[in-house]
Amino acid sequence: MLGIIIGVGAVVLIMSLGAGAQSLILGQLEGFGSDLIGVLPGQSDEKGPPASVFGVKVTSLKLDDAEALRQEKNVSHTAAVVAYYQASVSLSWRDQSYDSTLYGINGEYLQVDGGEVETGRFFSDEELDSNLRLVVLGSTVATELFGGNDPIGQKIKVKNQTAAVIGVMKERGQVGFQNYDDLVLTPLLFAQKEIAGVNYLSAIRVKVDNADNIDESMEMVAQTLRERHDLDSPADDDFSVRSFRDALDLVTSITDALRYFLAVMAALSLLVGGIGIMNIMLVSVTERTREIGLRKALGATNRQVLSQFLFEAIALTLIGGLIGLLAGSLFSYLTAIVVRSLGYRWDFVISAFSIFIAIGLSTFIGIVFGYYPARRASRLSPIDALRYE
Amino acid sequence: MPQALIELKQLGKTYVSGDLETEVLKDIDFRIEKGEFVSIMGPSGSGKSTLMHILGLLERPTSGSYHFAGKNINNLDDEDLAHLRNREIGFVFQAFNLLARTSVLDNVKLPLIYSQDKRKMDERARKVLKSVGLDHRLNYYTNQISGGEKQRVAIARALVNEPAVIFADEPTGNLDSKSGVQVMQILQDLNAQGKTIILVTHETFTAEHAQRIIRVHDGRIIGDDQVKKRRFAVDGETLK
Repeated sequence: MLGIIIGVGAVVLIMSLGAGAQSLILGQLEGFGSDLIGVLPGQSDEKGPPASVFGVKVTSLKLDDAEALRQEKNVSHTAAVVAYYQASVSLSWRDQSYDSTLYGINGEYLQVDGGEVETGRFFSDEELDSNLRLVVLGSTVATELFGGNDPIGQKIKVKNQTAAVIGVMKERGQVGFQNYDDLVLTPLLFAQKEIAGVNYLSAIRVKVDNADNIDESMEMVAQTLRERHDLDSPADDDFSVRSFRDALDLVTSITDALRYFLAVMAALSLLVGGIGIMNIMLVSVTERTREIGLRKALGATNRQVLSQFLFEAIALTLIGGLIGLLAGSLFSYLTAIVVRSLGYRWDFVISAFSIFIAIGLSTFIGIVFGYYPARRASRLSPIDALRYE
Repeated sequence: MPQALIELKQLGKTYVSGDLETEVLKDIDFRIEKGEFVSIMGPSGSGKSTLMHILGLLERPTSGSYHFAGKNINNLDDEDLAHLRNREIGFVFQAFNLLARTSVLDNVKLPLIYSQDKRKMDERARKVLKSVGLDHRLNYYTNQISGGEKQRVAIARALVNEPAVIFADEPTGNLDSKSGVQVMQILQDLNAQGKTIILVTHETFTAEHAQRIIRVHDGRIIGDDQVKKRRFAVDGETLK
């Protein structure tokens, strides 16, 4: 009985936690649209990340590349393009200092990365194309540097350069692998030229007009860059083109696999529980040999005795299964409460499938492991059973 | 000759255990008519219990024939026998064999659960319990009542399907003499109302409550006589 409770409980819990964790990860990834193409510097394998992700500086991507992708004769279906220069910086205001991530950006940033302005304003298009010393802060950065003070109009130090705060972004939380709240935005040229003194990009993102055109657009992006970099074959590529949908599919398939693997492990523990039930039933048949004999003497047929014991086994496993379902759901619900209290999005999901598993599987185990003891009971001769001491 | 309720011809029973054959019953011939009160008497090990089990359709003979109410039981399968036991036969055992932790009423209803006729189960069970004087014990558990009451519950259970015959295997064996008298009185009353009773015992005194005694010894019948001075159980007397 306990085996069934634990087994079913574990299956339900794992299925539910799996669904919750998946919703957490996918929810964050879906924060990025499925209509985005990412271009990173450096070559990579089919699915592996390019070297730049591991902090190796690759300087092959330039601002002109981004401008080329913007032109419709190169890439049709383009809706927006943003070029990024990313670096870690230390910030300070008066005696407060804080380490954060700098995003030098241009183009249609709000369209591509999303987000809203909480106070102040965002950069104008002209400002984004310039090297003006302006910053827009993520909400965490604003809080860390300014506490309760109004940051708008204040001058802060970004690395060794001074810049004016014109806006603070609304809190977004973790989106994908990116924490948008812990970020400082500046016009691309200011970040590249004044702060870092470099002329290459960290990434380009292209938003296409429709997610259906993404494969075609990815090919055009690659083709355009190959031409610009004088590359003959894809094997020589000094860049990587990825879609966020690929990443999404990858993560979904990994989490799915993990979930089912764990569920199968839990189902195996059900098997152990089933054997426990069989033991209980066998002991019960032995203990109740006299009762079985009596029932047969009073006119119970073999079939009636068989079904009585089979039903008892099923009732045992079914009750165990339902308790397991409740226990698993309860633990899953508690997990959801705890995770939510930590500020993450976490769906509490008890799927119809796991309810089916709980009821169906425990009934099935009752039948499978109850059948042998029940058959043994039904085959007892009434006399042997009555004489049994 | 009219059809007998029970008719045995050259009946034998041999148990085989490994290479060892034990002949328990041999050349058993007798008839029991409807409405008789017969004692089957013999010392322990004589084969009388095996004989009762065969008569009660709990076991099959290994040779000879047994006709119950005109049917040759060799032609019936286990399910037919179960149905016959349910409808036509009531058992009263020495050890009562009641279900523990179950009410008196539910114990009596047990044969009805296996019966094809499931109408008014409660009512019928109450009626037979009343006839054995236990209508005040309906909801007691069987482990809360006395031995004599237990045996009366067992008799009520045997009666509830209105069977043709009642087999009583040492029904007074586990009872004090006062309760034993009550049980014998009920059996004699039932017989007076026309019920066939077959009593298995090793005591002459108890056996003499029947009209006829079949004596069994070493698996054979050594006597089959009418009782000359039949004893009648009267409440208030004792068996010895």
